[in-house]
This record gives sequence, C-alpha cells and structure tokens, in this order.
Amino acid sequence: MSILIDKNTKVICQGFTGKQGTFHSEQALDYGTQLVGGVTPERGGETHLGLPVFNTVQEAVNTTGATASVIYVPPFYAADAILEAVDAGIKLIVCITEGIPILQMLRVKAAMAGTGTLLVGPNCPGVITPGECKIGIMPGKIHLPGSIGIVSRSGTLTYESVHQTTQQGLGQSTCVGIGGDPIHGMNFVDVLRRFQDDGQTKGIVMVGEIGGGEEEDAADYIKAHVTKPVVAYIAGQTAPAGKRMGHAGAIVIGGKGTAEGKIAALKAAGIEVVSSPTDIGVAMKGCFNA
Amino acid sequence: MNIHEYQAKQLFHNYEIPVPEGKQATTPEQASEIADALGGDGWVVKAQVHAGGRGKVGGVKLAKTLAEVTGFSRGLLGERLVTIQTDSTGLPINSLLIEKIYPIKRELYLSLLLDRTSERLIFIASAAGGMDIETVAHETPERIISVQIHPAAGLQGYQCRKVAYALGLKGPQHKAITRIMQGMYDLFLAKDASQIEINPLIETDSGDLMALDAKINFDDNAVASHPDILAMKDPAQEDDKENEAQQFGLNYITLEGNIGCMVNGAGLAMATMDLVKLKGGLPANFLDVGGGTNVEKVCEAFKLILSDSSVKAVLVNIFGGIVKCDVIASGILAAIEQIHVAVPVVVRLEGTNVEEGRALLSNTGLKIYAADNLAHAAEQVVALAETVATNDSVLSIEQSYDYDPTEKVGMFKDLLVRKGDRIEWLIDFNPKRVGEPPWERYENYRGSKTVGEYLANGGLKEDLRYDWLHKEFLKVINMTDEQSN
Repeated sequence: MSILIDKNTKVICQGFTGKQGTFHSEQALDYGTQLVGGVTPERGGETHLGLPVFNTVQEAVNTTGATASVIYVPPFYAADAILEAVDAGIKLIVCITEGIPILQMLRVKAAMAGTGTLLVGPNCPGVITPGECKIGIMPGKIHLPGSIGIVSRSGTLTYESVHQTTQQGLGQSTCVGIGGDPIHGMNFVDVLRRFQDDGQTKGIVMVGEIGGGEEEDAADYIKAHVTKPVVAYIAGQTAPAGKRMGHAGAIVIGGKGTAEGKIAALKAAGIEVVSSPTDIGVAMKGCFNA
Repeated sequence: MNIHEYQAKQLFHNYEIPVPEGKQATTPEQASEIADALGGDGWVVKAQVHAGGRGKVGGVKLAKTLAEVTGFSRGLLGERLVTIQTDSTGLPINSLLIEKIYPIKRELYLSLLLDRTSERLIFIASAAGGMDIETVAHETPERIISVQIHPAAGLQGYQCRKVAYALGLKGPQHKAITRIMQGMYDLFLAKDASQIEINPLIETDSGDLMALDAKINFDDNAVASHPDILAMKDPAQEDDKENEAQQFGLNYITLEGNIGCMVNGAGLAMATMDLVKLKGGLPANFLDVGGGTNVEKVCEAFKLILSDSSVKAVLVNIFGGIVKCDVIASGILAAIEQIHVAVPVVVRLEGTNVEEGRALLSNTGLKIYAADNLAHAAEQVVALAETVATNDSVLSIEQSYDYDPTEKVGMFKDLLVRKGDRIEWLIDFNPKRVGEPPWERYENYRGSKTVGEYLANGGLKEDLRYDWLHKEFLKVINMTDEQSN
C-alpha cells in the first residue's frame, strides 16, 4: 500500500505539449508511470510522446479513464486548468506551476469545496510512490521503495529527505510536496492522516518552513492521532522577518509563522525536531533502532 | 511589492476612500508652495519611505508656518530614515507628502488582508487605532474584531454594520464606513493587493472618517498584469543587489553575515542558511537560483554574491531535480572566467547529472571543494570564512616619517599589511643583542611564515616595522599583489 497513487493510477498531463510538460512526461514514462495521454487545447487528435492529445480534460477522462492529472501550464492559466480538471471528475490534481496569483487560488479553493477532488500544490514538486508512479518534477533515481512517508512544503528539502532515507536503507512509501504557496491544496494534516492509516508507512518525515500556521496544526494533530514515529525539520530559522524567502508563503508577518514558534509547538507535542537538515535520515533511522 | 503612502492615497481617492487633502513634494520650495495652496494654519510633512514607524524617529513633522514647512522639508529630503522596520542604514527620503491637519477625535484601525488559515480575505478592525496592531492583538485581543468574506458572496452589508458597531460609529458614519470597506475590497480585488492597512483611520471633530495613513502591498505573482501598479515601484527603496537579482529572475535577499550562499530551491536555501549558522557562521545572503535555471543565471548569481565585499567564502549547495548539476558547474566556471574569485568556494552537488558536474569542477586549479556531505560542506565553509576574515584583518604599520621642510610639517605614512600576508626571511640568525627582550622575542617569532603567525608568536608591530622596513631582516609579501601577478 501507499497513499494517493500507485502502479495502477492512470495519469494525464495538462500542458502536455509544452516544454515543461514534454520533458517531465518523458521522465514519468521512463519511471513507469501510467501516463495515458495529455491535454492541450486546439491540439486534440495529435499524438505526443506516443500518447493521445485531447482538447479538453473531459475528453481525456472519458477516453482513457484517468483519475489523476498533473498540471504544467503557465501561472495565469493554472487556475483555469485546475477547475477544468475538477469539473471533469479528476480525483487527484497535482499542480506544479509556480507564480499563480493568490486571489485566483482563493477562488479556486472556494470553488473546489465539496467536490471531493484532492489538490496537491501549486508550486510543488509533486507526488511519488517509489517504484510505482511518479507525478511531478522530482528526480526518480534518488528514491527507494520503502517505509517512510515524506511530506514537505519545499521541493529540494523533499529530495534531501528522500536522499537521506534512501542512504539509511529505509526507503519511502509515498512522498508528497504540498507546495510553497500561502493558499494551496492538501496540507500537512491531510497527508499525515493518510500516512497514519497506510500500512506500508512505518515512519513519517515532515519538513516545514516559516510562514502560516500549518505546522502548528500538524503538531496538534500528531499529538492526538499519529502513533507512528515522526521526525520534523523547520527551515528558515535565520530568515529575517517581513521578507519573502523565495516561496510566496515563506514569510514571517507580525511575529507570526516563525521557525521558533513552529519548533516549540512540535516539540511540545513530543515530536523529534532535528536542528540540522542533514540529520533527518539518521534521526528517522534512530526511531527504529530504539 | 510596496508603494509609498502618497501613491496608496491616490489609489484610495480613486476608490472613494476619504484621505486628507495633500500632495507629494520633492523639493523644499515645492513643499512650501503645496502648503500655501492647501491653506489653513498647519500642515504635516511626512517622509515617504517604504517603512512604518516614521513618526517615532522624526519622519513626520507638524509645521505651523510655511517657513517651518520649508525648513522641515530641507531637513528631511536627501536624508536616510532609520525606523524599527528598516535596517541600520535606513531608507532614502526622496519625496515628502504635505497634508492639511485635521482635528482628531478618535483613532481607529482598519485593514483587509489574506487569512491563510480560513483561505478568505478578512477585515480586521479595532477602536484602538494609531498603535501597533500586533501589540493590541497581543495585549487586548478583545479590542479586535475580524470579518471573513466569502469570495463568491463578496462583502455584505451586515459585515460592515458589524464593524461599525464594534468601532462605536453612529448615524451617517455607518454609511461612511461601508463605503470605505467596499472601496478597500474593490481595490484589493481589482489590483491584486495582498494587504491594505489604514492605521489610523480617524474620526474628525465633525464626525467624518478619513484615512490618515495608507499602506498597500501587492501580490508579486500578479503585479505583472497591473502596469499602473508596476509603474509605482520605487527601486530606491529597495536593496541594490535585490533589484539586480530581480532582473535576472533570481530570488536574492541581503543578510548581514560573511558567507555567500547559492542554492537551488527556496526551502533548501533557507535550510542552508540555518546550517551555516548552526556551524558557527553567518550567511551573507539568501539566494535561490530557481528550478528552471541556466548557465547565464548561475553565472550572474555567482557574480552577484561575490560583488558583496563582506563575503569571505561561498557555499554552493545544489540538489539537482530539474536543475542539472553540470549546468550549475558550467555557470560557476563561466563566472570564474569573467571575474577574479579571491575567496574560497565550497561546492556541494547532488542529484541529476552529479558526476558530470563534479567532473567539470575538478582540476580547475581554483579553490573549489567538492563536498559530498552537506554538513561537512557547511563546516568547511565556516572554517574557511573564518580563516579569510582573520587573514584579511588589517594591520597598520607606520612606514616612514615624511617631513616637508617648506611647510614645516611632518607626518607618518602608514603601510597596511594583512595577517595572511607571507613573510620571507632574508637572514638566518638572531641579529638582536643577546639576552635583551627583543632578542627573546625574536627567538620566538623567527621563522614565522605569515604576519599573523609573527604576531601570534609574540612579535610586536614595532618589531615588524624595525625588522622589515628599517633593517630588512625580512620581507612581507602582500597577498593581493601576489594574486594579481
């Protein structure tokens, strides 16, 4: 078992024929992902990377039976792409696009309420179940099928956690990059709940960063509901207040969303918080030696 | 993106939010003319900088005469204002806002911003205006109310009434606050703002409501689609390096340490800064070269880091996902070809095309370290920065006494050496008088290979001057001369 995706997940790509869509679709196919087609308006009927191109997501879903979609369209078209996928009945949307205006995401989230569709991202590396299905831009090679669930707001810190848990021989059940934007789809708690319920997942790595209050919510949730060992790391301890640290969501405003506050909340919930990002793998391994 | 108060008030005016009568001035004469035209018997002169806390540090002055307006303006323009929200160098005052003074009965607070938890826009209002709202929230949270707006429904009348009653407004003021809130909401949506704050919103003696201050921030992701807002950008209020970085599509933030960092990914960039601090160093910057980077971008990023003279060592930390390690390596090599790199560089590469990247950087003959392990890389860069900083510390030695017989003045000329400068010994015996203190010291410092070592072994500055400049027992070889040869 794994969460969200496995070897049977049928995936389509929105923005399929673009530069990013093409490159990462090739990578996904190499990895063994069941990519079954793509969508580019006005290019329907063509074949790209040996797969059918559709004009609309609805057509793609009707023809291929896809349940997941990955979005590589430019920021000003991404909200439209997400809502099109929701409307077509896609169950899992992974939006990689960075730079979507906040107000557009606000409307998208409000429109998605009650639809039952899951959104991962935007501004995220995607989701991978090692050895089975890769949806996103992560380098496949560093992963190892295994027992650790990884959830992170940062792409490169997800890779860092993957690399270290692979080096420790633990491997990963599923890795979810929830994205660096202030308004986004699945949050820490949504993913933690699934890891707790997943039989394959034996331990959880959670990587947070400054800004917002989701790490604090996660701390409360873990304390109340998660019985599996959790190792956490929070980035941005040296970040100056009021400055946006690359991610639109990584900003400390009015003393809220500091790394100190998040670390304190996690520690108070009894979670092991490593102070160095290089200790994640070793700490996770340590949870199983004790 | 931030704009000035006078620009925010123009936008307020466009959206029917009442603001004081006033105008922007860039010279003292203009300031006085504006005040004269406004009339009345008093004016406020406000420094226009992208930071709050101006009042407490003399950035807001009350003038009773036109001469005072001119005087205050002359005093402020061209200066830099340091407030609690700026760094120690402050921000330049290039323009002023001259406004009429209004009799204030009460100061209120009203803002509209994005609440990440509820994923809604929310109004925050308080009758405790004019104060730092975070302080109010902390000390008297019961004095703050908020209303959430559903994006489909938009702002509703009952929400405005709720705010009006909470602020103790009466009669026609209900209509006035509704108009202000609707104006803020419309402005927020039309221009993709990320925050609009009025602090204080005043009630005048005659009961009118007016935005005495105005602060608007815009969503960086959306500002490209608003040319009118983009035109309000004032680069003078931002860090030069941050402006330069923006032109190349790099995320760069200046910090106060001496270890330059070049990283891919915002999370890893923050984590790298934290790690540098954890290992005892201080990062000089945050720099995310981004996912879709290329050789040119990496090259510019590297040059940008090295243009900061406080940088004593550089840590490059790349975990290649989309970014390919060989692209990063090529960018670094391109930068090195274009500029002289005098500081050590520690490179840690992992991920896509890591072997190719490492191969490109090996045998370059430069101070590039391929660090396989991030913790080790951080330790190494901190140690190297410390060594460079120590070696760079300057020692001033009186070289000679120049006497000018016509002017009848004499002065010492100072020679600057650094602790890292090498010492070449020209004699191989102790020339001092046996048994005397200088002889003892010479015994201890003889053979020292650098100025730093010479001093550490008990040599005095005076000894160095004597041994080198007067007697030529030794020669100090300047590090920078050596490198440029």
